[in-house]
Amino acid sequence: MVLEDLFSVVKTRFNSDQKNEDKKKPKAKTKIPNDLMFKCPRCSNVVFMDEFTNMGKVCPNCNYHARITARERLDITIDKGSFKEFDKNMISKNPIGFDGYPEKQIDLRAKTGLNDAVLTGEATIRGMRIVIGVMDSHFMMGSMGSVVGEKITRAFEFATENKLPIIMFCCSGGARMQEGTISLMQMAKTCGAAQKHSEVGCLYISVMTDPTTGGVTASFASVGDIIIAEPKVLIGFAGRRVIEGTIKQRLPDNFQSAEFLLEHGFVDMIVDRRKIRRTIAHLIKLHIKK
Amino acid sequence: MNNLSACQRLDIIRNKNRPTVRDYIPLLFNDFFEMHGDRYYGDDGAVIGGIGYFGDIPVTVLSTVKGRNLDENKQSNFGMPHPEGYRKALRLAKQAEKFHRPVICLVDTSGAFCGIEAEERGQGEAIAKNLTEFMILKTPIITVILGEGGSGGALGLAVCDELAMLENAIYSVISPRGCASILWKDASREREACEVLRITSEDLTEFGICDYTIEEAIGGAHNDVEQTAEHISEFISGALERNLQKGLDELLNQRYTKFRKMGEFQEF
Repeated sequence: MVLEDLFSVVKTRFNSDQKNEDKKKPKAKTKIPNDLMFKCPRCSNVVFMDEFTNMGKVCPNCNYHARITARERLDITIDKGSFKEFDKNMISKNPIGFDGYPEKQIDLRAKTGLNDAVLTGEATIRGMRIVIGVMDSHFMMGSMGSVVGEKITRAFEFATENKLPIIMFCCSGGARMQEGTISLMQMAKTCGAAQKHSEVGCLYISVMTDPTTGGVTASFASVGDIIIAEPKVLIGFAGRRVIEGTIKQRLPDNFQSAEFLLEHGFVDMIVDRRKIRRTIAHLIKLHIKK
Repeated sequence: MNNLSACQRLDIIRNKNRPTVRDYIPLLFNDFFEMHGDRYYGDDGAVIGGIGYFGDIPVTVLSTVKGRNLDENKQSNFGMPHPEGYRKALRLAKQAEKFHRPVICLVDTSGAFCGIEAEERGQGEAIAKNLTEFMILKTPIITVILGEGGSGGALGLAVCDELAMLENAIYSVISPRGCASILWKDASREREACEVLRITSEDLTEFGICDYTIEEAIGGAHNDVEQTAEHISEFISGALERNLQKGLDELLNQRYTKFRKMGEFQEF
């Protein structure tokens, strides 16, 4: 944005008599980068982006936990350089021939640097070996299609074979419509794999981040031994607008928030993003068999 | 065999005379006793569960039920279960496991209910729990989709050893209406969306999701309930025979593998 534009509205109002004479003047070249400031969508507080990023993308005023990318999540969660990615080269097909789906995939791959909406792999956290999966809302709202389902299933299977704890950072709009009923089946597939992991007595921590909804809430995200949520994030089965449409009234603001789920008994704890690494490390340590 | 398009089938399954679970249960099972409640919260009218004989085999029946008229629909919430419905189904499935009864699931729902109470009582958790528990249930599970197989709401009763669909039934990740409103911001274009989503039994057979297609009476099940029920009965009878002879490990491994295989992706 050009600094001069900021005042153009006012100027034109004052100078309306002088017609277009001003516009002929060359504009100043002062450019403000787009991402200099962050404005919180919840409380409208404005902070410098640097400061905001240093705080783990949490609004200093209202504690809003902004959505972060899978890579950013790994950076603040696991030991530096410990991530060994699984199935790096898996991409989806277009099983139901959905119009525009392959193009959208190509576009998003370039934009996000991801091949689909989840990263899975092996890592350490305070030196302890874990399997980790991190979903990314920037890739088709983290929706679960074949690739997400398969990668998560394989991650669970790897953890089962190697008797490792698994941490899943969930964020998803639900099952991916563009792959039809096959996406729906990923719910059963991931749940089956999570169940097998549970049967060998290993720990599964599910961390629900903004937003965890639909087919992901109704599958592996909800079956963790321990379920952690970030403050104020959206967690639910049906979309807010769908419910409002069904019951024809406005829902209270805290409906489907992490706090709402805690109150109703569906999450174990709400943990600030800056304390999640510490919390997970402690919980894993508690489960180490002697 | 069936040349109808997806949206023509949608018309058939939405026909007001389409038989419901209440019509089929007396035709398929003898000495049926309905069981109520999830033992935690309440009894969901959208899910019927009970025990009875299929031929001479005692079975547990779990089903979502749509009403045939407004009164019935009020009671059954138009076939859209709350969490307690899924929990009732799970309770009865566990009971079936205990007494070594096979489980027959009959599904006809547009989806799990979307409402305040459903969210408060954990709709997502209830379905997720069913998916994990049905995957390891130590008794055969046979599912038949009678009409609408609506997303997670149907899947909650469809983790099974064999899945059959009536020839006009659909099984979808999202209602065609929902798909249209997301795709084109216009819910009235559901007929178009219906074709896009590939939700007929032929499509799903191709994807390895549907194992059998059950023939309906000519023109649709409403034209001859008895005949359609007979076809369903033939399928269940065969499916029970195939699955009851399996050892427990074999049964559970095959069930896991059935779902494990589903997915279309490529690796380079």
